[in-house]
Amino acid sequence: MSSETTTSVKSNGADLRKRHLMVSARMLMLAVGMFGFGYLMVPLYEVICEVTGLNGKTGRISVAESEARLNESLQGADGKFLADREITVEFVGIVSAGGNWKFTPNDREMKVKPGQQYLTSYYAENLSSIPVVGQASPSVSPSAAARYFNKTECFCFTRQEFEAKGSRDMPVTFVIDPDVPINVDRVTLSYTFFKSADQTLSSVDALNPQISASVAAITTY
Amino acid sequence: MSGYGAHADHDEHDHHGPAPGLKRWLYTTNHKDIGTLYLWFSLSMFFIGGAMALIIRAELFSPGIQIVDPMFFNSMTTMHAIVMIFGLVMPAFVGLANWMIPMMIGAPDMALPRLNNWSFWIMPFAFTILLSTLFMDSGGPAGGWTLYPPLTLQMGDSFAFVIFAIHFMGISSVMGSINIVATIFNMRAPGMTLMKMPLFVWTWLITAFLLIATIPVFAGAVTMLLTDRYFGTSFFSAAGGGDPVMFQHIFWFFGHPEVYILILPAFGIISSIIPTFARKPLFGYDSMVYATASIAFLSFIVWAHHMFTTGMPLAAELFFMFSTMMISVPTGVKVFNWVATMWKGSMTFETPMLFAIGFVIMFTIGGLSGLMLAITPADIQYHDTYFVVAHFHYVLVPGAVYSLLAATYYWIPKWTGNMYDEKLGKIHFWTSTVFVNVLFFPMHFVGLAGMPRRIPDYSLQFADWNAIASIGAFGFGFSQLIFLWVVIKCIRGGKKATDEVWEGSVGLEWTVPSPAPYHTFEEAPPVAVINKNHF
Repeated sequence: MSSETTTSVKSNGADLRKRHLMVSARMLMLAVGMFGFGYLMVPLYEVICEVTGLNGKTGRISVAESEARLNESLQGADGKFLADREITVEFVGIVSAGGNWKFTPNDREMKVKPGQQYLTSYYAENLSSIPVVGQASPSVSPSAAARYFNKTECFCFTRQEFEAKGSRDMPVTFVIDPDVPINVDRVTLSYTFFKSADQTLSSVDALNPQISASVAAITTY
Repeated sequence: MSGYGAHADHDEHDHHGPAPGLKRWLYTTNHKDIGTLYLWFSLSMFFIGGAMALIIRAELFSPGIQIVDPMFFNSMTTMHAIVMIFGLVMPAFVGLANWMIPMMIGAPDMALPRLNNWSFWIMPFAFTILLSTLFMDSGGPAGGWTLYPPLTLQMGDSFAFVIFAIHFMGISSVMGSINIVATIFNMRAPGMTLMKMPLFVWTWLITAFLLIATIPVFAGAVTMLLTDRYFGTSFFSAAGGGDPVMFQHIFWFFGHPEVYILILPAFGIISSIIPTFARKPLFGYDSMVYATASIAFLSFIVWAHHMFTTGMPLAAELFFMFSTMMISVPTGVKVFNWVATMWKGSMTFETPMLFAIGFVIMFTIGGLSGLMLAITPADIQYHDTYFVVAHFHYVLVPGAVYSLLAATYYWIPKWTGNMYDEKLGKIHFWTSTVFVNVLFFPMHFVGLAGMPRRIPDYSLQFADWNAIASIGAFGFGFSQLIFLWVVIKCIRGGKKATDEVWEGSVGLEWTVPSPAPYHTFEEAPPVAVINKNHF
């Protein structure tokens, strides 16, 4: 065998070693980068859902902003504000599996005009004999309407603390954007009420060590 | 003709053969030994995963709950999938890559032999951990191999073990892939340009990139599950502001490229076998390479077709529908190329060729039902029915698994130096092919009629087809014992194989003696030989 035509792989061992390290390092960087990308998908997903209104995630605007939008549409240059347009909003309350709550909407249904602000409320009662923190997660269907369904105030923005056997009405103020697609005449707002993953109580903590001990017990459970 | 490839001069090396005993296998860095280990490992997983499938089919033989309790049934469907995907198909392809890639590109070994040893030996531990969960009080994982939360988060204590096992399998796959990429980039013999590489090498190069790019995403997703369950994070728990649907996005971002990981090396195998037995060069080699690359690219932008029923907006449904359908174009190019290769060839029908033709026909059936599933409005009907089960089993069993059987029959004379028993091989092919269709074809019918998947019981109207499918399952399962016997018989002896083995064989692996010596291509083959041995 002539050595002119073939290069023995061994003859350039050091060089080859360097090239192996190079390729391996690059591939390893790709692998680590993709692991990071998996985690990056979490905030990306949030942003995409927010922008597109996917997953029925609803919008949130300030009262001032909502009034400004109403005035703008009342001027009606583009004819989007139809004074006689009415949308039926249905309210649904769901207790997530294993939750010991009563949770129902106080209004089953409301007829609303786009651009105007409305107030409704949900009733929640803690049926257990220990304080619990709840968290409501909203969803609007059809999802095409979700991004036009804006809330100026909602109990779902914050964690809701309840004393043992405690109950209260929780308000929601909402306004449907006048830009809502013309074919939407019925919107369902549904809340699922969960036991919050974070069970630390802000108020009772300092007051009653016994209660906070029992809270710690639920958290570990 | 075999002089240069073989290890001719024994005296000038310290180690010219394998170490004796068990240590040979534990410490080996030889690509052929490691390839053999991978292949035996995956064969054992084939039978373990197959036994699980038979438990499933025994329970589904007739309506009602007969044999196993529903929880165990669920863990059988889950484990069957994990074992077959991560234990059979992936390691078997890695084993073939180990054996064949260095011999196909004229390299003495893999680029990173010690890493190679490591990536294999992680696997038995990973699967011992995984299978051990079946003997735990909480039972094995039972929420489906896709591990969707919130169901998966309610799994018993086996959860942590399953996640740990998956991490290990992932590390093994990524290390194996890095090794393959480094081998193909750096170890090709002079003159072996990229466009002269056999398609098995090409498809594996692309598969390795897919693995390195997606397995870490999967690792991230299961790590999120783990921290959700044990460390109080809320990635997927709505109670803490997370979203379970997000898991499906992350999972299928890995999961869809994964299905191409399971089939691209098969394309490479079939592209080697068909030209050999048609005695014609592969039709459209370049288009095969480009088709493989485009399939790999498209696999990253179709993932949400697994999620049409989650309530996506119309625009997204349309995008994922069309991108999914687009995959059938490069796949169609491949199928037509194989058919064109056979066209007017001097074909003979040895066992590897039979399995290869079986692959082309039945993989295409699976591809067509996939095209049906890609149509969003239709998919909303088919979703989670046995039609889906029929679809992916057609592409995986008479698809990926047939390619593995074909590869074994094709290369085993090179591995052992003996010809396998052709008559038994043909019996194995025909029994497998009859029974695999008896097994999976009726699933199309019960699926279209609405039978849901992953449920141990079903309505009476599905009873007949299910009984037939179960008969097919047992027939197919026991046919594989013939394969085991053929392999053992071939190792123990048989007609001596020539170096070329097959009359029309083309490729560097056929220029070394049979059985392939422990060390091959310590000196690269001459350029003239390379030029003569490619399509």
